Amino acid sequence: MNLTTIAEVKRPASVDDIDGWRDGYSWLAGGTWLFSEPQVAVDTLIDLDSLRWAPLTATDAGLDIAATCRVVELHDFEGPPGWRAVPLFRKCIDSFLMSFKIWNAATIGGNVCMSLPAGAMISLTAALEGVCTLWPRNGEPREMSVVDFVTGNHQNVLQKGELLRKIHLPAAALSKRTAMRQVSLTKFGRSAALIIATVGDDGADFLLTVSAATPRPVQLRFATCPSAEQLRHALDARLPPDAYFADVHGSAPYKRHVTQYLAEQIRTELA
Amino acid sequence: MTDFHVNGRSYAAEPAAGQCLRTFLRDLDVFGVKKGCDAGDCGACTVHIDGKPFHSCLVPAFRGAGREITTIEGLASNGELHPMQKAFHDAQAFQCGYCTAGMIMTAVTLTDAQKTDLPHALKGNLCRCTGYRSINDALHGTCNIEPDEAGKALGASLPNPFTDAIVTGKARYTMDLAIEGLLHLKVLRSPHAHAHIVSIDRSAALAVPGVVAVYTWEDVPKRLFSSALHEDHLVDPDDIMLLDNVARFVGQRVAAVVAETEAAADAGCRALRVEYAILPTVFDPVLAVQPGAPLLHDKDLVTASNNIFCTLQGEIGDVAKGFEQADVVHEQTYSTTRVQHVHLETHGSIAWKGEDNRWHIRTSSQAPFAAQKKLAYIMGLPPRDLHVFTERVGGGFGGKQELVSEDLVLFATMKLGRPVKWEWSREEEFIGATTRHQMTTRVKIGARKDGTLTALDVEVFSNTGAYGGHGSETLAAAMASPIAAYRCANKKGIGHAVYTNMTPGGGFRGYGASQTTFAVECAIDELARLLGIDPFEMRRKNVVRPGDNIESIWKEPSDASFGSYGIDECLDIVERELKKGNGVAKPEGAEWTEGQGVALAMLECGPPTEHRSGAEMRLLPDGTYHLACGSTEMGNGITTAHKQIAASMLGTRIDDIDIINADTDRTPYDTGTFASTGVVVGGKAVHLAAQAMSEDIIGFASRFTGVAIDQCRLDNDAVICGNQRILLSDLHAEGAKVDHRFSVTRRAYLSPRTIAFNVQGVRLAVHRVTGEIRVLHSVHAADIGRPINPMQCRGQLDGAVAMGYGWALVENMVHDDEGHMVNPQLRNCRIPTFADTPHTDIFFADTIDLIGPLGAKSQGECGINPVAPAVSNALANATGVRFAHLPFTPDRLFAKLAAAS
Repeated sequence: MNLTTIAEVKRPASVDDIDGWRDGYSWLAGGTWLFSEPQVAVDTLIDLDSLRWAPLTATDAGLDIAATCRVVELHDFEGPPGWRAVPLFRKCIDSFLMSFKIWNAATIGGNVCMSLPAGAMISLTAALEGVCTLWPRNGEPREMSVVDFVTGNHQNVLQKGELLRKIHLPAAALSKRTAMRQVSLTKFGRSAALIIATVGDDGADFLLTVSAATPRPVQLRFATCPSAEQLRHALDARLPPDAYFADVHGSAPYKRHVTQYLAEQIRTELA
Repeated sequence: MTDFHVNGRSYAAEPAAGQCLRTFLRDLDVFGVKKGCDAGDCGACTVHIDGKPFHSCLVPAFRGAGREITTIEGLASNGELHPMQKAFHDAQAFQCGYCTAGMIMTAVTLTDAQKTDLPHALKGNLCRCTGYRSINDALHGTCNIEPDEAGKALGASLPNPFTDAIVTGKARYTMDLAIEGLLHLKVLRSPHAHAHIVSIDRSAALAVPGVVAVYTWEDVPKRLFSSALHEDHLVDPDDIMLLDNVARFVGQRVAAVVAETEAAADAGCRALRVEYAILPTVFDPVLAVQPGAPLLHDKDLVTASNNIFCTLQGEIGDVAKGFEQADVVHEQTYSTTRVQHVHLETHGSIAWKGEDNRWHIRTSSQAPFAAQKKLAYIMGLPPRDLHVFTERVGGGFGGKQELVSEDLVLFATMKLGRPVKWEWSREEEFIGATTRHQMTTRVKIGARKDGTLTALDVEVFSNTGAYGGHGSETLAAAMASPIAAYRCANKKGIGHAVYTNMTPGGGFRGYGASQTTFAVECAIDELARLLGIDPFEMRRKNVVRPGDNIESIWKEPSDASFGSYGIDECLDIVERELKKGNGVAKPEGAEWTEGQGVALAMLECGPPTEHRSGAEMRLLPDGTYHLACGSTEMGNGITTAHKQIAASMLGTRIDDIDIINADTDRTPYDTGTFASTGVVVGGKAVHLAAQAMSEDIIGFASRFTGVAIDQCRLDNDAVICGNQRILLSDLHAEGAKVDHRFSVTRRAYLSPRTIAFNVQGVRLAVHRVTGEIRVLHSVHAADIGRPINPMQCRGQLDGAVAMGYGWALVENMVHDDEGHMVNPQLRNCRIPTFADTPHTDIFFADTIDLIGPLGAKSQGECGINPVAPAVSNALANATGVRFAHLPFTPDRLFAKLAAAS
């Protein structure tokens, strides 16, 4: 929709071209959320596309996903054969409520910075132990894991004007086996629960990531693949009934119920 | 200026800083780019940028610069339809056509892999009319149409006459018009569910550059009216004002701002300073009738004492005695939800003063004539000074049987003398328009061991919300056909329509009958289960039949009458088909459990209140015809049906009849296209007019040739008199010489009302842990008389059944404790997508009606009614658990499923 309060669009060639920061400024990535609701507090858009960041950079160390990487670019990514987690990219992208057409515009960084519980790129990058590089307006770049980046429903650690530059997925995580389950109240609807687990070839380092069912991603790490009872116990201990996120896409008791069910399915698959 | 390339043309233009590509393209008069949601959820605005599909409402306009932008208008080349446009043409993959541009622009980009998975590929394109079946057909190259041949129009699957315009983006919907000097109106809506407006400071708003005027309750005529549109305005309470000093629901209009741009009007709304005195609220109709509940209205003696707007009650026989005679009794409270129509074209109107010094209102309405009368009353004008019309309307479903946008634009244009437009947002539809009435229904029903019903007792609480429009009529419908559908000597009912601080209820496909049908059809099933009788047998045994009194809870004579009777056949068809099966197996796994259910619905074809329509026909000098009828085309296919009725009477092709509809200047009077009247009233007027046209032509031909009238007959483009064949164009020329005008007009009135039936069968699987439901087999049989156009009738039923599944399984408007809607966006308040909509096998009973025109009965409305109860019955059959409260979303099922396992 038209953002009728916008007076100016800045299109910097470098982030350094943006002096300071004031209320009313907003970074513009894909625009797919920004243009979906009135933004009456915003008067200036700062276009990140004009920075021309390379969307995806694969090295031996892992994959760097620029904040401005389009969802479609990640969807089309084919990594080296050893990166066994790459098919998970598509599975998570397919679990978006959004249509494939939106993938052409929406960015990975935008989805992570929106920090909605059902943000499938949060689920993906958290599960693959992603690390965000953040550029504060003043000061040195800082790094933070995706799972710590999101602090609640529509909340994250970003300070005013701070920019998410990229997310690094370490090669070690990309090499693990993965399993994923997702449910929603309607067919291909917004996730009520999106659960991912990764595990090393040797059955070590079982990492369960619960998302959509909780306000922010929650991770449970086990040295080896847990038993059904251990998993159940750990979930109950970490996520009491009031730790689940109730919204129109699923009640909290339902999300708890399906989280436990799907987590067990994933455990069985990876065991 | 920046260069934009759109459909091969270059434009030098500068978008506003925050402008999206969708509105920027429309500013270039590229009107094929539609707005369904303006938020990326519906796909109606899909365009290609450098060959890739985008939702243009989410694309910052500046990003389109220098790139190749293609819209639906740019798809055809050299006047030839693109193969996908042709496919949509041949499959008739649309009804209102509003989503079609976006649907086609998406479909043409699909890869072969995507085409094998349409549920995924099309999840970003919403269609509210078709139920997606015909869209699926288009993508599989199915042709659903027959040729338009003279004399063969009746019962032929002829294409919509506006098809080419729809698939090429040229069809003009309400907002697809550029007007010089246009002003824009926006309203500030109440953030409070109940508040007295103490003061409104408009100074800051008036200071916003571009703001021309601000109107509040102090400025408008102090005339109460109802936004509901009916022939008889007295059936709805006069309880609304243009702008009021009391807000009674969150979303009620508080003030209107008129400005040079929409942006300025929005800014003006934000700049208004309103002081509210908060009043106590009540949202539940049962609580609203308790002593001491906050009062919604104190405008007259009736509503000054309590919140009950209307109570209807009656009893036939002796219900207490009937229950004594029963061997089994079932009693349960059922409830249904409010849902929004979500016609893809939002409400909106444009008003201006014409050179004829009259006021012209171009609008998106199901009832332009009723709107004209109401506007005349509100503004104190003679109706002849008002011209209300539609061009193409993007869906209605009852939501546009409501005067909600025309009044303020007319008021503003009368004040300012300039054209004024008001286009609603999707959010406004959710919070500021009407919804289906939420109803809570207690049913008590008893039967003997052999299944014979002995007593039926129904109590309804209908939440009419802050205003009472449609409250009494939907309640009357709720107390009528679903109860009259069963023969039972002892029936009793009481229903209350109650004011609360909710969004007002309104007309919605099924109109009150849907709600009671849900309760009664579930109850019949429960009774059958208690008795161990097959649900089909239970219905066969008790359903009303010719010779019975057609009565619910009153003994007064009724004009409802069996012009034909096909419920027995419908039950047989659905039973046979479910038994036969469709080969779709239950998903693997012990958690999946399977069940089937059936439900029926009866429809009295047309409202019990007044309804009338007129049609006018002329023979034109070139030997073709002109037909004018006031009915609204909104995807219901009424223009096709009316042309087919006329063509079949005149022995011609529909292509030789041009048609004008829904225009108070250019068509005869028509109450409105609602309450299942498009065929049985509008169509009857067309039938009578075409018959008169035929008689007029033949009469003149007989006099002109001297051949006896019984030797004269119409033959396509000519009249045959004995052994002469005279072209109609020649005959017209002869007529002109003697001032014979070849023009006729006829009026139709609705009485008696015939009766239609629908039966829905569902076989489904439900996952006992996740609560997921998969419909495995969906069968629908309709007793709608002779289908004037079988393809269209099937499409109407597809759409109605899909809407029924939406109500049962998908749609959920959620409000917080203070009456704010929590999810007023389509991504949060879902309507069925392609993936959510099961394919339904549709069958017609072989009936030819003796009352409806050419044997036809109503067909667009009633298909929705048996769907939700059939789903509930199938769930009960699968799990042993009765789910009595809509919707059946997994999070509302899982606890009971777990307990039952």
